[in-house]
Amino acid sequence: MAISDSSSRILAGLLEARTGQQLTMSRRWRIETALSGLMRQRKIASIDELITLLVMNRDARLSDEVIEALLNNETYFFRDRAPFDMLQRELLPAVRNARLAERKLAIWSAGCSTGQEAYSIAMMIAEDPLAWAGWEIEIVGTDVSRTVTDRAREGIFTHFEVQRGLGIQQTIRWFEERGDQWAVVDQIRDMVRFEARNLFDAPPRPGQFDLILCRNVLLYFCNAKRRDAFDRMASALKPDGGLLLGAGETVIGQTERFAADRSMRGIYRLAGGRDADRRATGS
Amino acid sequence: MKTCLIVDDSKVIRKVARHILETLDFKVEEAGDGKEALSFCEQTMPDVVLLDWNMPVMSGMEFLKLLRQGGHANQPKVVFCTTENDMAHIRAALEAGADEYVMKPFDRETLHVKLQLVGVA
Repeated sequence: MAISDSSSRILAGLLEARTGQQLTMSRRWRIETALSGLMRQRKIASIDELITLLVMNRDARLSDEVIEALLNNETYFFRDRAPFDMLQRELLPAVRNARLAERKLAIWSAGCSTGQEAYSIAMMIAEDPLAWAGWEIEIVGTDVSRTVTDRAREGIFTHFEVQRGLGIQQTIRWFEERGDQWAVVDQIRDMVRFEARNLFDAPPRPGQFDLILCRNVLLYFCNAKRRDAFDRMASALKPDGGLLLGAGETVIGQTERFAADRSMRGIYRLAGGRDADRRATGS
Repeated sequence: MKTCLIVDDSKVIRKVARHILETLDFKVEEAGDGKEALSFCEQTMPDVVLLDWNMPVMSGMEFLKLLRQGGHANQPKVVFCTTENDMAHIRAALEAGADEYVMKPFDRETLHVKLQLVGVA
């Protein structure tokens, strides 16, 4: 059953108004699949009936549930591997050196979905105990969807989820069986906290983050919203902090607040920040 | 091109795994049980074995133990791929010499990462 243009526009408008995300043409094909579970649960026979209920606006929870269903929550542990290799090899050691005096590390996983990215970073740090012993580590995961941040906080994953991106040694080291599911061990869970928070709200800890990971999130925003998101993230970083985006995402032409780190591929620094100044002058 | 031997008594699983592995540029061979797989390895050692646990004639675990005890040169990497999804089976497989473990169901991304982790993809 094809979804009419007017129905698509109403759903796209709702999603954009509430989350800033655009329901681009390339995502519209999956609207019906995304909403089918909700419609079945709510006994709604067709998209047209759903749209009517949304427009009548008699059930505030329905629009929340529609938004949740339309969001793309795809994620897995150590997604794309390469950025995590770079984090482990270059970025985390550099941050560690820069913070040796205070021994505090704060990382923000923005658009964390069900938490795999934040937990992957926690595992990476926990696997290097000599480097991080005695450090105060704070990893914050945020997502616009309360459903996924609740799930992230639980830290319970299916067989299918727990092995996506993880080697078996990591699975048996950092998870314990919980019935026919897998629960992240307390050591890792205690390093991470999750909040339901829109990227356009005030950041969780303004000016306090050493690193922000915002991967495969900004591609869903229009240019103006993307610029706004970059502003929020700029305000959350320490002056020498770093921003890591998804493959194919860039700051170029999107914002003047960040510039590529010329010595660390894929990392963006605050334009005019301490490190950018130092590198620009070659000092 | 690296060779992967799929050892599974289910034709459907072999077909799905073959499809994924061919998209990952593997040359694929198939065996329906552990004994058949052992015969294959005595002729030509693959780079990696994707191994089911429960099979008729010879189980995956029996095959793995014989393979590892056999003193064969060029031991392949062994990735268990099974519905035995509990910690006891995983630990037993690793102790017997498995290099990785895939819990069914799985997808292409999962298998690809596991094969990368054992150094064959």
